[in-house]
Amino acid sequence: MTGEHQTLALLLFSGFVAVTLEITTWVSRRRHGSAEEFYAGGRLFSPMENGFAIAGDYMSAASFLGVTGLIALYGYDGLLYVVGFLVAWLVVLFLVAELVRNCGRFTLADVVAARMSERPVRIAAGTSSVTVSVLYLVAQMVGAGSLVALLVGRTSGAAQAWTVIGVGALMVIYVSLGGMRATTWIQIVKAVLLLGGTVVLTVLVLVRFHGDFDRLLVAAADRSGHGSAFLAPGLKYGGSWTARLDFISLGLALVLGTAGLPHILSRFYTVPTARAARRSAVWSIGLIGGFYLMTIVLGFGAAAVLGPKTVRASNAAGNTAVPLLALDLGGGAGSTGGTVLFAIVAAIAFATILAVVAGITLASSASVAHDLYASLRRRHAKARSEVAVARIAAVGIGVVAIALGLLARGLNVAFLVGLAFAVAASANLPVLLYSLFWRGFTTRGAVWAVYGGLIPALGLVLLSPVVSGSPDSLFPDVDFQYFPLQNPGIISIPLGFLAGWLGTVTSDEVADEAKYAETEVRSLTGAGAV
Amino acid sequence: MQSSDGRSHGADDDPGSSAGRREDHGPASRDVRYEDPWYDALGSGWGELDGTGMPARAVPSARGEQDGTAVRARDVYVAVQRSEAFQEVRSRYRRFVVPGVAAFLVWYVGYVVAATTAPGLMARPVAGAVNVAMLAGLGQFLSTFLLTWAYARHARLCRDRAALELRWDTQELTRGVQGGAS
Repeated sequence: MTGEHQTLALLLFSGFVAVTLEITTWVSRRRHGSAEEFYAGGRLFSPMENGFAIAGDYMSAASFLGVTGLIALYGYDGLLYVVGFLVAWLVVLFLVAELVRNCGRFTLADVVAARMSERPVRIAAGTSSVTVSVLYLVAQMVGAGSLVALLVGRTSGAAQAWTVIGVGALMVIYVSLGGMRATTWIQIVKAVLLLGGTVVLTVLVLVRFHGDFDRLLVAAADRSGHGSAFLAPGLKYGGSWTARLDFISLGLALVLGTAGLPHILSRFYTVPTARAARRSAVWSIGLIGGFYLMTIVLGFGAAAVLGPKTVRASNAAGNTAVPLLALDLGGGAGSTGGTVLFAIVAAIAFATILAVVAGITLASSASVAHDLYASLRRRHAKARSEVAVARIAAVGIGVVAIALGLLARGLNVAFLVGLAFAVAASANLPVLLYSLFWRGFTTRGAVWAVYGGLIPALGLVLLSPVVSGSPDSLFPDVDFQYFPLQNPGIISIPLGFLAGWLGTVTSDEVADEAKYAETEVRSLTGAGAV
Repeated sequence: MQSSDGRSHGADDDPGSSAGRREDHGPASRDVRYEDPWYDALGSGWGELDGTGMPARAVPSARGEQDGTAVRARDVYVAVQRSEAFQEVRSRYRRFVVPGVAAFLVWYVGYVVAATTAPGLMARPVAGAVNVAMLAGLGQFLSTFLLTWAYARHARLCRDRAALELRWDTQELTRGVQGGAS
């Protein structure tokens, strides 16, 4: 890429960083330091604001860069991801959003611990939440690294490493100084920028093809070299039965994982009522659905305008399809329009990563302070210190994420996100649904449900071709691969549900009828909600 | 704002349901805190249920004797859970959500399985470059939007008002047993 690209993109991105830092200092000047404010932004956001913030949290670099790249390279098989990402929101809306808002205070563990013996459940749910968050964080960090590699034009390790460190430092500042209020505003700003950029690019693609989607598809199919097979499933996941099973596994993880993502759950605590939580979910479904429809156009547009060869030449995984498409739509390399559009898209992608990273860090620092620390600390510690712990935890998680991000630089971003979804669906969703809907659920069931999903999910990944045994795995030189699938969801999600059931039926404890009554009444009416 | 929003719709759509029944008491519920004719009536009704239908194990004795108000606050939730109004709200929620979740999960899993196991069927052209797979994918988007709209509408019309009144009652009852402290 030329120098103009870099300068302009860096300028735009610095602008975004300046605005977000301004928001953070403005928020932190007026803060009171209460837990309510730090974890939940005072619970005073409107459904529309929260809907934008949720959309901002959810539309990560994996969707904007990764999925469009997959569509550009593999056609229809990339589109399958998008469908999973969207349909998952029905699970959130129907089963989780309102009930969690009514029952919980700050974290997932709040909902479960209300019915159970608190300490073991909090430790279990806190551990799995932090695990999911860290996996998701690493994915975003790796994405930031490869984006900068594209922008700076060299894939040198040093540039990537400094980017990962810079992103980590910024996110720690946002979260530890600004808490949920600053993070939410950053998400809103980012969502507006991302949606605006996507709309502009989509319109440009459609104008290029005279508004004829059919023509766009035909052009994409021709250019791809696969003909009409490009528009049908099977190019990426069609080969062996292992690949097909892998895809079904990923599909299950995507649709069930969203409802277990800690940073999505914690967003519902930032609105005052369950009704507002529902309306923010509806807002976010509208925004996310619209965004994904546009990414389909962008993906096929990149295939039609650039052709998969150009896309692949720039980045083998296709992660750079959208910036390249912007360059072409603006008038090609060397033209002012192309330079400007490319710089804008690169800056937006960077802003996206930064905002998502801040949201996840906040959610995981809440899990550390509110669940783990609160369960493990000495009894006489004061409530005030919990927020202090959360701020420190944000720094600690930042350091861990930076370290892992540097370590996992070679891994595929979309894969890491799929893994985070699989762990969330296996460890967090069963325990959440059981405690909301199962009268007889017990403490042992809850603890088993978490660990029974978490351990198989992580264990199967360790034994999968991702970690060892194939040329592009993390440790290509050793071979301890015993599990053929990359995504563990199809095994570990049922195991999580099974373990929860097994733990419940084998425990001597009789479920406390009155506590279930309290959970049920609170979840559906909002009585006693904070 | 919430209650008036729900009320204006609920009266038209659900005359026979409990929300409709409660419509008679609607105006009174505003004054419940000060005059509470309705609050008393319901409270005594729940009290009777307490005596008859409560299983012994719901109140663990050791803890209960230590902390009187906590036990009674627990009783409130059990009583509310057993009340007809709550049962109605819950069954409305479940009657919509259970078939809804089953429908979209079956539709989604069917779509994913079809895409991986029957690519021939999915590749069948329909019109121009658009094939069955493309239509099915867009169908998933469409069904998601439709179900979102239907859920929000159902919740607004059939649950919101009744849930708000239940919340009010429950909190009043809880406050009552805790001696107005919180």
